[in-house]
Amino acid sequence: MQMKGDKKEIDQDKGSKGKSISRRVLLGGAATAAVVLLKSSYGQVVQKAITQAELKISDPTKVQGPPPGVLGTRSKFETLVKKPSDTSSRTPLQDLFGTITPSDLHYERHHAGVPVIDPHSYSLTLHGMVKKPLVFSLADLKRFPSVTRIFFVECSGNYRGGKEEMTPQEICGLTSQSEWTGVMLSTLFREVGVKTTASWFLAEGSDAAVMSRSIPVSKGWEDAMIAYAQNGEAIRPEQGYPARLLLPGWEGNTSVKWLRRIELSDQPFMTREETAKYTEGVKDGKVRQFSFVMDARSIITYPAYPQQLQKGWMEIRGIAWSGRGKIYKVEVSTDGGKTWNDARLQDPVLDKAHTAFRYLWEWKGGAAELMSRAIDETGYMQPTMKQLIDARGKDMGGYHLNPVTSWLIERDGRVLFKAELTS
Amino acid sequence: MNKLWIVCSYLIVWSCNSNSDSLHVIVTAEGKTIKIDSTNWPSSFQLGRPASPEEIKKIDIDVRPDGTGLPAGEGSAIAGKAIYLSKCVACHGTDTTSPEAKLLGPVLISTKPGKNKTIGNYWPYATTLFDYVRRAMPYNEPGSLTNEEVYQLTAFLLQANKVIGEKEVMNAKTLPMVVMPAQNRFIPDDRKGGPEVR
Repeated sequence: MQMKGDKKEIDQDKGSKGKSISRRVLLGGAATAAVVLLKSSYGQVVQKAITQAELKISDPTKVQGPPPGVLGTRSKFETLVKKPSDTSSRTPLQDLFGTITPSDLHYERHHAGVPVIDPHSYSLTLHGMVKKPLVFSLADLKRFPSVTRIFFVECSGNYRGGKEEMTPQEICGLTSQSEWTGVMLSTLFREVGVKTTASWFLAEGSDAAVMSRSIPVSKGWEDAMIAYAQNGEAIRPEQGYPARLLLPGWEGNTSVKWLRRIELSDQPFMTREETAKYTEGVKDGKVRQFSFVMDARSIITYPAYPQQLQKGWMEIRGIAWSGRGKIYKVEVSTDGGKTWNDARLQDPVLDKAHTAFRYLWEWKGGAAELMSRAIDETGYMQPTMKQLIDARGKDMGGYHLNPVTSWLIERDGRVLFKAELTS
Repeated sequence: MNKLWIVCSYLIVWSCNSNSDSLHVIVTAEGKTIKIDSTNWPSSFQLGRPASPEEIKKIDIDVRPDGTGLPAGEGSAIAGKAIYLSKCVACHGTDTTSPEAKLLGPVLISTKPGKNKTIGNYWPYATTLFDYVRRAMPYNEPGSLTNEEVYQLTAFLLQANKVIGEKEVMNAKTLPMVVMPAQNRFIPDDRKGGPEVR
């Protein structure tokens, strides 16, 4: 099948033949020669600037490529980007395959920008209700017994709606998954001798907001990690270089980045983030606080806006995840929730991890509505927006929203987000 | 004979715990039992260096609801207003700022009920104000305010939100005593796990 875009590119190439070789081409031709339409790996048509040099090199079997390099590159035909706002930057979920988020596409949320921290002067201090307050260097942290684990990190403010033209990235791109390596916090707790009466600890970052959160000590003993590596290399600055706290399955804000201090206490510290910010209205005028666990969720990432469907067989694809444990099942509906079918889960299904699901479907034309819902090992089923409003009331605010997401397939093949209002 | 057996087994358990430390059993403050496999681990890895009280003091900047961590000094709303108008107003506005205005920071002052979560209608603890302003504000110059200035600003923000009177002085003794209007709205996470949507 030849796409409109391919044709246009060939035409452009033809057009350049016969012309004398300009000095710019010999120099590598950095300037844009043409803007062409290309088909992305998901069939999405995108605009792409093509340089003079690229126009010339149309047959890779006739030209030597670049020699081995010191760093790999992403194909210049791939246009993966995060979507930044003033406060965050979202992962392009619709453009990813599998379940690991490339490190440079991991979502970002920080409260005072990304700090520059010299790993040689970095230190982490543990003090408060401990027998031996200690200061660890980065080298110290790396010498402790290490662990590697794959799990997601998701911001608890990870839902946007309100219009039909929205991509998965825009709806819930504040979730990403990495393979993290570091030392278990329990190992450090054992080293400093955390007192049995300590029930909370403060985790504090060394960004310009000196961002801090109170965490129950039990999470520290259970599965909290101090991570210094992400997907095989040092953590990226945006993710907390050189070391950060990670609390698997808990709202991203508690996984304090650029971690400089942990103070053990017998009460929460009531920081700004856990009082004025990451709290949500529930019924009877109450405000829910310390709502750490991310409930189960899923989203179909293909097909999704702005794809244009062609009739025939396709694989409906998406990811499901739960902060409570493993995904047990994902169900897919193609008729707006009238009937549900089991999707196939990609092994291995990991604890508190993005899990890929697939469902084969033939689109014969005509309107359809695609939905997915995750069920986790605790028996929790991803709710609809209506169920969330019924449970929390109309003033529920924007945190911890995990509604079933619907894609409307129009007769002309357009795919639109079924925007539901939160109140 | 029985007695001897009990003594022996007690010694075995004791020696297992003290020597190999293969299973580190933790009972948390909430009564949760957590077992950590530390087979072949030494009792200490001898990593890190002792943190001296002086260096802890330098970075231990948090302030708790009971007032722990509040420094010496004090401030009143009048002095705080002057700082607010020069260093805060550009991002946070005043009580006369139009609700339509697009501000860089959240609205902090409002005594009227509305969609905005303000200090007066949402913040549950007054000590949080001191802690946060001192660690993170002003946005373009974080950590630049003196303790006195932070007390002054805290007093002004509380007064502007009609939580305290104009003449009240905020210090390590008075600030933790301030009861915020929204404090009784806050409840700990009431989700209980399992199938329930909550």
